[in-house]
Amino acid sequence: MSEVAVLGVGMHPWGKWGRPFTEYGVVAARAALDDAGIDWSQVDLVVGGETVRNGYAGYVAGATFAQALGWNGARVATSYAACATGAQALDTARARILAGLSEVALVVGADTTPKGFLAPNAGERWDDPDWLRFRLLGMTNPAYFALYARRRMDLYGATPEDFAAVKVKNARHGLENPNARYRKEVSVSDVLESAVVSDPLHLLDICATSDGAAAVVVASTEFARKLGLADPVRINAVSTVTPTFPNTILDMPSLSTDASTGGAPELTFKESIAHAAYEEAGIGPEDVGLAEVYDLSTALELDWMEDLALCGRGEAESLLRAGETTIGGRIPVNPSGGLACFGEAVPAQALAQVCEVTWQLRGQATGRQVEGARVGITANQGLFGHGSSVLLSR
Amino acid sequence: MSLGPAVEGWFTTGPEPRLLGSRCTTCATTYFPPVASSDGAAFCRNPTCDGDEFEVAELSRRGTVWSYTDAQYQPPAPYVARTDPYEPFALAAVELDEGLTVLGQVADGYGVKDLHVGAEVELVVEPLDGELLIWRWKPVTELGEEADQ
Repeated sequence: MSEVAVLGVGMHPWGKWGRPFTEYGVVAARAALDDAGIDWSQVDLVVGGETVRNGYAGYVAGATFAQALGWNGARVATSYAACATGAQALDTARARILAGLSEVALVVGADTTPKGFLAPNAGERWDDPDWLRFRLLGMTNPAYFALYARRRMDLYGATPEDFAAVKVKNARHGLENPNARYRKEVSVSDVLESAVVSDPLHLLDICATSDGAAAVVVASTEFARKLGLADPVRINAVSTVTPTFPNTILDMPSLSTDASTGGAPELTFKESIAHAAYEEAGIGPEDVGLAEVYDLSTALELDWMEDLALCGRGEAESLLRAGETTIGGRIPVNPSGGLACFGEAVPAQALAQVCEVTWQLRGQATGRQVEGARVGITANQGLFGHGSSVLLSR
Repeated sequence: MSLGPAVEGWFTTGPEPRLLGSRCTTCATTYFPPVASSDGAAFCRNPTCDGDEFEVAELSRRGTVWSYTDAQYQPPAPYVARTDPYEPFALAAVELDEGLTVLGQVADGYGVKDLHVGAEVELVVEPLDGELLIWRWKPVTELGEEADQ
């Protein structure tokens, strides 16, 4: 048996609140514990997601949250995996539970972010690729997103209107989401009339950076049964695979790819992230009822649909245009509103995806419910060969 | 005023400049940027190779555009703007015969309108700022094509 049960989920709303990250984390953690119907004293493992921004890496995040909730003697762990941080933290909790070493775990990620472009660490860092890409090339995160967007245009005939349509859809999905930062209808012309940041992407194609927190309480299926939960949402897979050499698709923050001589692997890195989740779960893309994917840009959502094998390569635009990725369509993508409505709070974001899928599978996603969904999948990718996909079912 | 390369050993600066990669002497895999500083150890990143010796590999001067964009807002530090007010510049990721895709700014005077996926570009070296030189990708215009535009 390789499943663990999701007992509870909770979030602190995304925004620019200007408060310490610990505060957001505790709000999310308490919400998740309430949702689980268990007491903090029952938690025997705390796993925190951290970012470098939160000083001493979030004062080593798991311990900071544990102290803020009141030391209870639980085991502690902390993860950093860029955008996949929350999923890696969740995987740590899952592994200890499946090994029988822990019974109930609280997983928390929280962030407080600066305005504007995410920038590298300060100082002269000539051996740091994340610093060099800014110093030598002025290569920002949106510039990478724009390279992928442009390829969709030149290879598959995507248009700026398609990208804008992703934003329009996600803005509508997030209207009723109480945790979303942006809850306002957006039109195609709003997107196309916003300033171009990196051609072909406009300001409204690119996600903001936000403050926010998400927490998940997971436990053994046996513990869930003892609580009287007959049919909890289950985590069937957590994929945190690294790339396979040679990684021939340009990834942020690299200046180059590996050489493809000798042959590229069968799956790209992003495809392999999802593939590993499907393999681990024994569930295929045809069974997926909804997906929460990392729309750092509108165009990236289209890439993810193909990376998750929800459609073939180059087919995402036709699904989008047919309304199949809208709630009510065949495979709703980002019913939460996605990063378009949230903005990115890095160590919390992968957990926020898990929260949304949990609410969807329980039928509790008021105002944005995907009817009858039994299986949901998440996906994200971050710096330095990190990425994750979580597959949940009920 | 004599400008030096932004990073020593990453590219040559003559009239026909080239990027300098590292080629593993065991498995012949080529890397760019070069794998090691002059004083450090280096290890081949091919998982089936335990090589730790490399030779300098001059990379192809021409390649094809994998994708391209521009920076219409001034990037944050440590980027150093060359002009005040800031002037946008273009960027391209270029596939080389060696099988690598290498990012670079696009040569002065060219923008996204001069590029498409699959277009041929050539390596040039231009000033990055007042002190340093950097490699850039310059669109290759076939004879007669310019007159048509």
